[in-house]
Amino acid sequence: MARIAGVDLPRNKRVEVALTYIFGIGQPTATRILAQTGVNPDRRVHELTDEEVNRLRRIIESELKVEGALRTEVSMNIKRLMDIGCYRGLRHRRGLPVRGQRTHTNARTHKGPRRAIAGKKKATKK
Amino acid sequence: MGRSLKKGPFVEPKLLDKVQGMNRRNERKVLKTWARASTISPEFVGHTLAVHNGNKFIPVYITENMVGHKLGEFAPTRLFRGHGGKLADKRSKAR
Repeated sequence: MARIAGVDLPRNKRVEVALTYIFGIGQPTATRILAQTGVNPDRRVHELTDEEVNRLRRIIESELKVEGALRTEVSMNIKRLMDIGCYRGLRHRRGLPVRGQRTHTNARTHKGPRRAIAGKKKATKK
Repeated sequence: MGRSLKKGPFVEPKLLDKVQGMNRRNERKVLKTWARASTISPEFVGHTLAVHNGNKFIPVYITENMVGHKLGEFAPTRLFRGHGGKLADKRSKAR
């Protein structure tokens, strides 16, 4: 079982794809790591030798910020914005989109599910 | 689009001059400014600048981790009082 950075890699996927299951590794990073370690990206995870897995693990744990550490960094960055009271921080605090998107409609990803507004009549079909 | 690195960050020259003068004289004074687009440079740390928001001046105390942001980010130009009804009225009065 290949376990890297506290994540179990799916056994039957190509390594290139399997590595993206680690938070902080996307397709480009995965490709780069495989080229660096000389592991064939088309191999399946269960076909890897222990030695290959170890090479991958070593490079990921020494060179990249992944999983917990990366999540902490992201939330620290958001916390910093909120603490200094800048516009982006205010938007984070209110749960609204941060980068100037419209909020008249849409913006549901950041705002979350629609909340019913008391007293608002639904438009009915004639 | 980001700003060209060749030019460096935009810091309002007049404001920077004034702040550097204040640093030399070891002075702490609230400076009124309209330069919302000006980047906060390390010299500003510890000063309070009154940044115009289009209506009045919002005092902004500059701390170290504000460096690199723009002054305007700290003086909101819009005041959202909430939508409709009694509830929203109450909320806007509380503020």
